[in-house]
Amino acid sequence: MFDSLSERLGGIFDRLRGRGALTEIDVRAAMREVRVALLEADVALPVVKDFIEAATQRAIGAEVIKSVTPGQQVVKIVNDCLVELLSGGEDVPPLKINVTPPAVIMMVGLQGSGKTTSTAKLASWLGTRERKKVLMASLDVARPAAQEQLRVLGEQTEIATLPIIPGQTPVQIAERARQSARLQGFDVVLLDTAGRLGVDEALMAEMAAIAGATNPDEILLVVDSLTGQDAVNVAAAFKARVALTGVILTRMDGDARGGAALSMRSVTGTPIRFAGTGEKLDALEAFDANRVAGRILGMGDIVGLVEKA
Amino acid sequence: MSWFGRLTEGLSKSTKKLANNITGLATGTLPLDEERLDAIEEGLIAADLGPRVAARIRERLADQKYAKGIDDDGVRAVVADEVAQILAPVARPLAIIRKPQVILVVGVNGSGKTTTIAKLARLFKADGKQVMLAAGDTFRAAAIAQLKIWADRVGVPIVAGDQGGDAASLAFDAVKRAMDEGIDVLIIDTAGRLQNKTGLMDELAKVKRVIGKLDPAAPHDVLLVLDATTGQNALNQIEVFGQVAGVTGLVMTKLDGSARGGMLVAAAEKFGLPIHAIGVGEGMDDLQPFTPQDFAAALVGTA
Ligand SMILES: Nc1nc2c(ncn2[C@@H]2O[C@H](COP(=O)(O)OP(=O)(O)OP(=O)(O)O)[C@@H](O)[C@H]2O)c(=O)[nH]1
Ligand SMILES: Nc1nc2c(ncn2[C@@H]2O[C@H](COP(=O)(O)OP(=O)(O)OP(=O)(O)O)[C@@H](O)[C@H]2O)c(=O)[nH]1
Ligand SMILES: [Mg+2]
Ligand SMILES: [Mg+2]
Repeated sequence: MFDSLSERLGGIFDRLRGRGALTEIDVRAAMREVRVALLEADVALPVVKDFIEAATQRAIGAEVIKSVTPGQQVVKIVNDCLVELLSGGEDVPPLKINVTPPAVIMMVGLQGSGKTTSTAKLASWLGTRERKKVLMASLDVARPAAQEQLRVLGEQTEIATLPIIPGQTPVQIAERARQSARLQGFDVVLLDTAGRLGVDEALMAEMAAIAGATNPDEILLVVDSLTGQDAVNVAAAFKARVALTGVILTRMDGDARGGAALSMRSVTGTPIRFAGTGEKLDALEAFDANRVAGRILGMGDIVGLVEKA
Repeated sequence: MSWFGRLTEGLSKSTKKLANNITGLATGTLPLDEERLDAIEEGLIAADLGPRVAARIRERLADQKYAKGIDDDGVRAVVADEVAQILAPVARPLAIIRKPQVILVVGVNGSGKTTTIAKLARLFKADGKQVMLAAGDTFRAAAIAQLKIWADRVGVPIVAGDQGGDAASLAFDAVKRAMDEGIDVLIIDTAGRLQNKTGLMDELAKVKRVIGKLDPAAPHDVLLVLDATTGQNALNQIEVFGQVAGVTGLVMTKLDGSARGGMLVAAAEKFGLPIHAIGVGEGMDDLQPFTPQDFAAALVGTA
């Protein structure tokens, strides 16, 4: 559906070949193509604008203008900038789970973004890879059968779930979860919350109250990688109410280009920690900024080629 | 400060500016010059219309008509009008004209299929129809329990099997029962699936085929449920679900609160599929008819 960026840029630079060095005007023309590619990948417009400005400044530098393959150089620079932005230029710090137990991890996000599934995936990851004793609790009293869903996932992953007591509020369930975890010697307690829209004041206040009552060590925003331009508003709305510490990007097994990732990293200022890559409970991967950058640009191997050259 | 540090800082400012979507640059009556056209185009992109459709609408506005000048409200009205014109042909409620009318509900994971089924059931029941649901999501944990709770709340019968069962044979049984029991509307839930998963898409095609054995015209409607927060990937969803399951109409969910769902405009231009209704909340009464004028007004910020 999308023309690949390298194809489009190739066109521009083909026309220029033989004219020798590239001018600033040529670079800006190429950057206009990059801009469209980013927008088609659902990178948020304000992110795109600032990004293109920054990448243009770099590309106008001498390397590109003197290069024999200027088009590929431009792509490489854009790719490098993307990777930097996606990773924040630093390694992802480990999850804060080695605190006085139980460590509390709270999952938040829009309706249907993948919180409950990601809760079970992360619990299973912590159980098998980190050898932690994990308890999961669903605080979702809104969606029909939400608590039942987590209970079933607990059975499938062999992770303990907090017994369901009908009639409790989310804050009461959260407090009970922490209490039980402490008494029963769990290392980590994962709190799955109901989905909510940023504009829903009552639900946003409820989320803040849960965080206030349990003082989580990690608050992870679970975001669908199919998200469009609204991603910036989503990130900003959640960040405004709770102290986010990271992002999980779900449905990376789809064919969306995943531009929302860029918005998430920029607006939350927190690392993207994991990518959900399927409905199965082992489909969770550490987030790979390099791979996602290539995907957002819609180009395969060009970066690798330039690096080798 | 690093360049991406500055970027992050600048972001909240530009986000706020774009929150108004189509915001003009001046208060008085001015020609629709390049700068104002740029602002309009960007507003449309920020509303998920996609760069190509945004450029096309910009072109339509760029003709000489407004060379003499137009104020901000005028600009918004003109843009809203353009958008409404694109959407007008696709606004069409779902009509119940068969007995039983079989409605298959499909879409990617978490888009709002099951909740939309509850809302539709509620709507048809209020209209005096005999409604039945079928719990065709035999995959996701507690998906059957979720639809059962909705069936209870709405007060309609449900055909359900066990988790892990065969979705196609459940759908077959449900259609048969609906025929035998003189039901007016049967709505079949399906598991969420991403359109690039060919195995899962083949299963969906099978569900459809099996239903067709009982009534070659069934399913009479195949509704694709789209999440309003989705970006340009919605176009792929429409295309592939269309090819595999023969989508006949769209429902867009999660439109409560903020103006999103701009990719519907791109979708209307590209596919022309009917948009039957929109979801505006998590409750069973939160379904509304799709009205192009209101939708366009919300999108450009005149609502
Ligand atoms: N393909 C794919 N599907 C996923 C992934 N993560 C979650 N899902 C599916 O997305 C749908 C919604 O997931 P949930 O975990 O129920 O989402 P949620 O955020 O808890 O939803 P609410 O509680 O209703 O807000 C389910 O069908 C999941 O199987 C993923 O990484 N890939
Ligand atoms: N705010 C809002 N939330 C909605 C709307 N429609 C559905 N939801 C919520 O979105 C989440 C997912 O809805 P479901 O109906 O379970 O979605 P689904 O497509 O059946 O999900 P899977 O079966 O897992 O693929 C739930 O939390 C719903 O309450 C809507 O119009 N507005
Ligand atoms: Mg959930
Ligand atoms: Mg469902």
